[in-house]
This record gives sequence, C-alpha cells and structure tokens, in this order.
Amino acid sequence: MSFNLALVPRREVSLLRQVLTPVLALVVALLIGGLIVWMMGRSPAKAFDVFLREPLTDPWALQEVLLKSTPLMLISIGLIFCFRANRWNIGAEGQFLLGGMFGGGVAIATHGLSGPWILPLMMLAGALGGMLYAAIPAALRNRFGISEILTSLMLVYVAELLLDYLVRGPWRDPKGFNFPQSVPFTDAAQLQPLFEGGRLHAGFVLALLAVLVAILVFRRSLFGFAVKASGEAPRAANFAGFNEKRITLVVFLISGGLAGLAGMIEVSGQVGQLRPGFGQGLGFTAIIVAFLGRLSPVGAMLSSFVIAVLLIGAESAQVSLKLPFDLTRFFMGLLLIAVLAGESLNRYRLEFRKETA
Amino acid sequence: MGPERIRLSGITKAFGALKANDHVDLTLHAGEIHALLGENGAGKSTLMKILYGLLRPDSGEIRINGQRVSLPSPQAARAQGIGMVFQHFSLFEDFTALENIAIPLEGRIADAALRAQVEAKARHFGLAIDLDRPVHTLSAGERQRIEILRALMQEPQVLILDEPTSVLTPDEAEALFATLDTLAEEGAGILFISHKLEEVRRLCSRATILRGGKVVAETDPRAVSAAELAALMVGEGVLDLRPAAAHALGEPLLHLDGLSVAPEGVHGVALQDIHLTVQAGEVVAIAGVAGNGQSELYAAISGEGGRVTAGRVTMAGQDVTRRDINARRALGAAFVPEARLGQATLPQGPLSENVILSWHATESLGRWLLDKVRIGEVARTVISRFDVRTPSADPQAAQLSGGNLQKYVVGREIERQPRLMVVDQPSWGVDARAATHIRQTLLDLAAKGAAVLVISQDLDEVMVMADRIAVMHGGNLSAARPVSALSRAEIGLLMTQGESPARGAA
Repeated sequence: MSFNLALVPRREVSLLRQVLTPVLALVVALLIGGLIVWMMGRSPAKAFDVFLREPLTDPWALQEVLLKSTPLMLISIGLIFCFRANRWNIGAEGQFLLGGMFGGGVAIATHGLSGPWILPLMMLAGALGGMLYAAIPAALRNRFGISEILTSLMLVYVAELLLDYLVRGPWRDPKGFNFPQSVPFTDAAQLQPLFEGGRLHAGFVLALLAVLVAILVFRRSLFGFAVKASGEAPRAANFAGFNEKRITLVVFLISGGLAGLAGMIEVSGQVGQLRPGFGQGLGFTAIIVAFLGRLSPVGAMLSSFVIAVLLIGAESAQVSLKLPFDLTRFFMGLLLIAVLAGESLNRYRLEFRKETA
Repeated sequence: MGPERIRLSGITKAFGALKANDHVDLTLHAGEIHALLGENGAGKSTLMKILYGLLRPDSGEIRINGQRVSLPSPQAARAQGIGMVFQHFSLFEDFTALENIAIPLEGRIADAALRAQVEAKARHFGLAIDLDRPVHTLSAGERQRIEILRALMQEPQVLILDEPTSVLTPDEAEALFATLDTLAEEGAGILFISHKLEEVRRLCSRATILRGGKVVAETDPRAVSAAELAALMVGEGVLDLRPAAAHALGEPLLHLDGLSVAPEGVHGVALQDIHLTVQAGEVVAIAGVAGNGQSELYAAISGEGGRVTAGRVTMAGQDVTRRDINARRALGAAFVPEARLGQATLPQGPLSENVILSWHATESLGRWLLDKVRIGEVARTVISRFDVRTPSADPQAAQLSGGNLQKYVVGREIERQPRLMVVDQPSWGVDARAATHIRQTLLDLAAKGAAVLVISQDLDEVMVMADRIAVMHGGNLSAARPVSALSRAEIGLLMTQGESPARGAA
C-alpha cells in the first residue's frame, strides 16, 4: 500500500477565499519569521513592534513608508504589463538606474539654471532612458529569439558599471573630495515636498496616477485585453491578429519607461545627486511586489505599501535590535512563497490517495 | 455467444448534481463486438473509465467472468484481463515502436525475445508495423496499431477501444476491423465506442445506447438502420440536414493560385502548388486524413501563419497573400480555427470577452474604451440565436462542453455576417446534435450567398455538406469535383494515394 499526493483543480473559488488568502499568507509568514527571530535570541514581540507597528503609527515613519513605496509602485505597475503578457523583464533594476542617470544627466547639464521646465524635462529624460534600455532585450527577442530573461538581467550589471564609471569619471563632483558622486542637484532639479515640513513629494502622486491608468487599461482597453490574451493563449492572440512582436516591444517600453521615471524620482526626490548604489535593488524587489499583488494594479499598490513597511522597519530594526538587514530579504522571500503557496492551494486541492499495489 | 465476460449492473456515478451514469447495465460476452453509442456527454467515457479502473462508481457492481470485483486502478483492471486503447495515443515520439511496446510491460525490455513475440502477434492479427521506426515518423494508423499491439501483449480477455477510427483512412479502418474480427473469434470480448454508425453496423453484433447517463436501448445494430440508431442516441429526429434550395452562384470570393507554403514545425507538411476557387453561394469541402497539410492550408488562408513561398491568396478580388488576418476580416472573411480552446477562444476568458478576439478589428466595440455593454449584448445574441447551452449567464469558455463552445465560436463568426467563411474541422469531437446544428448553420449561410470552405477529416460530414470536394494528400490538393461525381471509394483512394497524374489531367 502506498500513498499518493495529488493536486486536484478546484472548479470555483469564492471571492472571500481570494481576499483572505493573501492575509492568511501574511500571518503564516509572520509566524515563521517570528520563530526565526526567536531562534536568533531576540524577542519576536519587540521585532514585530519595530517592524510593523512603528512604521504605521509614527507620522515621520509613515511618510518614509509612502516615499519608499513610490518607486516600488511605479516599477511593479510596469512589470505587470510584461508579466501578464508572459514576457519576463527581470531587468527593471537596470532600467531604473538608466532613468536615474538620464534624469540626473539633465540635472547636471542644467546645473546653475532655474525654471519650472527642468523637472518635467528630467522626468521625460528618465522615462526615455528606461524605455531605451528596456527596448534592448525586447529587440533581441523579436529579432533573434533570445530569451529576454537573460538579456534583461545581464543588462542590470552593465547599468551598474555605467553608473560607476560616470560618477567616478565625467560626472564626478570636482568639489566632492574625490568621492564617487555627482554635484548635488539645485532646488530646481529636486522634487519639493508637497506640504510644509514634510518629505512626501509629487512622485507619490505620479505613482498613484500610474495605478489608476493601469486599472483602466486592464479593465476597459483593447490593448489591456491584447496583453492578457497574448500571455494566456498566444494562439488566440494570433487569431485575433494581435502582433506578438509589437506587444513584446510595447510592454517592455511601458515597463522600462515607468522604471526609468521611478529612477529619476529617486535621484531627484530622495538622493539629490547621483551616486553608486542608489538603486538599492528596488527593481528586483518590485518583482516580488508585482507577484505579491497577484499581477493586479490594486494588488501591486497594496503590496508596495506592505513591502515598504518591511523595508522601513528593517532600517530601524538594524539600529535598535541589531538584526541584520538580510533578515528582511529573507522575510520578503518567505512572504512571497507563502502567497504563491496560498495561490496554488486556491486553484488546487491537495488530495491524499491510498493506492493498493 | 460465448460465456459472459463482463456484467455491469446498476452502475451509478455522479459528479456534483450531474449523474454521468445512472443505473447502467451492460453485459459483454466472449467473442462479441459490442458497440457503446451515445452523444458526447451521454456517459460513455465515464462508464469506460469505471471499467478500466480510472474512476470508482458510487454504487453498482462489476462482475468479471462471474466474479464480483473491485477495480481501484488501471493496474487492477489489467490484472483482470481488461485492455484499453485510448482515443488519444500515449506514445513516446522519439522511441521506436518496439520500445514503446516494451515500456508498459513490467520487467521487459526491447530485446530479441520481445521482438519475436511482438512479431508473432502482429503477424497473427494482421497488424503491419515496422518495429524499428521512431514513432514520430509513423502515420496515425501505424501509431494506433502500436497501441493495439501493446494492449494485446497483455493477453486481454476484454479490449475497450475509444473512437478508434477517428484518425484512420477508410482502408486503415478496414484493416482494424479485420484485426478485431480475429480477436473476437478467438474469444475476446470487445467494447467499441464510436460516433460512426455505419461502421458500428458493419462490425458489431450488439449495441448499448446511452443518453443522459441512462441506457435507452440495447439492440442489434445490423437489424436497424443508421438513422434509427441516431434517433435513439439523440432522442428525436433532429439529425436531418435541410439541403439548401437551389440558388445561383456568385463571384469567386476565395481564390488560391499556385500556393506553396513551408511546413509548420518539424512534423509539418509543405504545401505544393495549390489551386482552389470558392464562389459565393457554394460549400466547398477539403477532405483528407489529418496531418496532410490541412493546418498549413488553414493558416495560409486565414493569415494566422503559413509562410507562403510561392503563389497568391485572393479574397474578394484582392491579393491578401502578405496581409494579416484582420485585413482579411475587413474584406468580409471569417475564420473558425481547429482548436476551440486556446485558439478560437481564451479558455479563462468569459464568453463576452471572447467576442473581442474576432470582432475588434472590423466591428464597432467602442471608440476609446471597450464598450462592455455592447460586447455583452453580442455574446447574449450569439448564445440565444445559436442555441448555446451555458452553465451561467456569461461563463468562461473552458466551462462549456465541446459542442456548445463550437456552436458559440461558429455563431460568433456568423453574427459578423461574413461573405466568406472558412471553417477548420467544424464538428471534430462534437456530439451528433451539435454537429447537425453547426452543419445546418453553415449550409444556411451559403444559401444566403456566402462562400463557405470547410476543412474536415470526417468523410460523412464532407459528403453531406459539400457542393464540391477536393482532397488533401501529402501537401497536394486534388481538383475540386462536384460531390455527385465522386463515390466514397474514390475519395478514399484520393485520401490514401493522392491524385494520379493521369487522372489530374483528365
């Protein structure tokens, strides 16, 4: 006698179940995370306090959370277009960096000038930088059939090296004591706070706008339908006459454009100059955000907040609890696995079968 | 009749509210070829899966050779001497025929001893197979012979065949019948599932007819007509096609002129110098065994694919060879591809969304944003006008049965009022009632003045629908001839050997 574990597809999944699943996944991830913290000899209760309560209750920390969620939201919304179409853009980090470099380049070129046209120009340049960079893997796939997974990922490292070169070479601040960084941007090239004494800037509004537009595109537009069809059933998309290569290019351009815009917003609104490592891996984290949000625009918005809370919590946990930052990455992975497992169990039922040989 | 091999009594199996089998009784004797007839969804497959240990009945008993047994798995069924040949083959493409036969035999490998045994069996039952060729080089008929040999190696007392002739040429089918006759004479009981009533009448001495999960009749199929059998399967006399009233033919709407197309994929077939014209008001059918270039032909006509290497496709007088499917739709063409799910429809999309696929380029579905109200109206119109039975108001395509989904897909295209309709396999795997409905719909369309091209491997369908028939063989298309000028035997010859040069010149 042997036992067999089988996955049996479910016919229908109730709405309540679909809503509760991510919540339950979060609880499971928290429990396992708490166990790990406890095994490391720290108090799980205190860790939760630092990780989750403080960022959500302290007004200053809450603003930081919204700021941190801004690039995550922009990038993940773009990634949803790719992933829904079953195109795998893993290189949002590189497109984010290029956006920062293009936008920052405009800031450096206009250094000393002022005027309300500088910021919009930087935004355009940032989006353009991301689009151009994302067009490379799309073109390679369309022309030569090369896997976009590999090319988009490898281009991240090229982007990092390019940034390194620029801030050590041509764009190095002459008065910067030889540190690898550009001149600090003037006020005209920095996104200003939305309200007095705060830090939150217009980038957050743009991110919310991107969410709204994405909702509309996927619910009501022919293009959103074409993206979905192309991802779910390529032969049906072909039957509909949706051009496969054009869809590849357009979803990469959207994704790269939003990542580039996010990069410009990060250097202009947060960092205030170009320096290595401003990417912080946000382009990779956004992949987790997109899947945590189950590839829906609203879901991506909510999960951007969740991940931002964790990232901000992690910063203070490093200080107050001496918990390593890697723990946060570990926890994000845990969360993703829990959500994906929940998703699978929604679609399939586990069945133990007894089998007589 | 020989001794009783199998007695099923009171077999009941429910899936949720649906009773797939409702107190089904069936008796199979040694030496008997017993047909199991019924529309799709009548419960044939469920019953066979129960007998082969793939499903367990909710109630009822199975007796084999008089002994009550339980069959929890296919292994248990095989141990009781039951073998099955499925409709869809389960062979490894890159392995040879002999290796494929060895795989399910426990403790055996493809060695000389096995070869000798297999060769003896093959000779005895008249199954011609080259054992050393890899499966992907073999025809459907040859593949099926491997499946049958595989089942025979287990010395079954009972053999179940699920629609075995659906992929065979008439000659291949005859060879199969001879094999089954031999097998029955030697004392095996055979259960034969088929839609094709003529061959059931030729082969079987008993027939059990299922409708809605219940046995509605058990009869000797040779003693009744095919029409009577069909009426038993579907209930009422709904199977008769009303032929179109005589009407004049109009301008040519589709013209293929010396079309040559590169093969699709490694097992594809190249098309060579195809000529065909379809006029307004006529139904032209392309017959042929699947895999002789029909996929390439459909793709080249619809514009979904097909790398044209020479020649032209003309629609409504315009050269569309290099234009995409939507440019062809704009000229009044509509297309129904072979695969209902995943090509004609998005499986996970509701029926309303599936309207968009073929409508977006030529019909008004909203200027900037999609007009969901209008799309919903179109879907509802198609559902009611073409008698599509749905489990809910706007279900996902994948939730419909094959017949109903096909009615929806054909209806969706007809609702666009096309001048040229191209349909690849209109009723493949569709039950008799839905098939009749679809064929009638297409005949009516032609009667109203549209040009209709049907690609089909179902010879019966081709014979009842077409005004003219052309036959596809090895990437070549015979001249289209009026259906009255062709006999079934002649079509069979064209299907297996193609057109001889002498004849083509005549």
